[in-house]
Amino acid sequence: MDQFAVKVFVRLRPSVLDPAGEATKSASIKLGAEGIKSLRIGKMIEVKIEGNGEDEVRGKIDLLCDRLFANTVIEDYEYSLEKL
Amino acid sequence: MENFTVGVVVFPGSNCDRDVSWALEGCLDIRTKYLWHESSDLSDVDAIVLPGGFSYGDYLRCGAIARFSPLINALDEFVKSGKRVLGICNGFQILTESGFLPGALTTNKNLNFICDDVELDIVSSKGGWFNNGDEKQTIKLPIAHGEGRYHCDSDTLKKLVDNELIALRYKNNPNGSSFDIAGITNEKGNVLGLMPHPERACDETIGGTDGLFTLKSLILK
Repeated sequence: MDQFAVKVFVRLRPSVLDPAGEATKSASIKLGAEGIKSLRIGKMIEVKIEGNGEDEVRGKIDLLCDRLFANTVIEDYEYSLEKL
Repeated sequence: MENFTVGVVVFPGSNCDRDVSWALEGCLDIRTKYLWHESSDLSDVDAIVLPGGFSYGDYLRCGAIARFSPLINALDEFVKSGKRVLGICNGFQILTESGFLPGALTTNKNLNFICDDVELDIVSSKGGWFNNGDEKQTIKLPIAHGEGRYHCDSDTLKKLVDNELIALRYKNNPNGSSFDIAGITNEKGNVLGLMPHPERACDETIGGTDGLFTLKSLILK
């Protein structure tokens, strides 16, 4: 069995308003940071997972992302995978 | 209808289950039974309410974890059999997460947790959940949510409009919901999800009775 460290990034789809991102952008500007054109907040989920090779593990992560980690009505996801 | 029983689902974090039971039993004389979320036996209930609250602490997303409970797994057959399911607030979020209703509910546009009475236009008569006669009807119900902004893509919205699945629209949209949507039904009409709380508007002494009709309609076939 191989073990993998997976980092999943879940983001609101570009078409979905991100009020928390907008509020943080506003605070960033108040802090004095210049030049911020856009600021959107997502989630990062770290998973350690075992499986027989990368393909099998990708299959499991795809299922998790599609059915649980992200709501694909409003969110997109991507992930990186590192063999431990 | 004296044996008619409404199952009120209790998740860890539900907090409107007793309100719903009080409104059904105390105001409408309809028998209720609490259903723990780990139960998958729905054989002795005739309709189901998914109440408001914060199931599983709203971890990940509202309703995202509740969707995997044995009870929600058993709900598919219950819905297909034509029995009625009402999802209120967190219950609506669970119904969208689990795919019984289209779209999703996410953070209010203004980031506030909004507790207020809102005026709602009854849009569709599908499922008979609301008392709408010939004239356009407006009701007033309380809302209490931080993540009640209904969102769906344009194709879904068109489908909702074309098939008369939009049950309620806010008169003054409080949360940024697409098309002012406050509640929708499935195509068959036996599943209704709404953000406002009808169970909190069942007695004049607590501010109104506009919620009675919707709870009473649980007994419709």
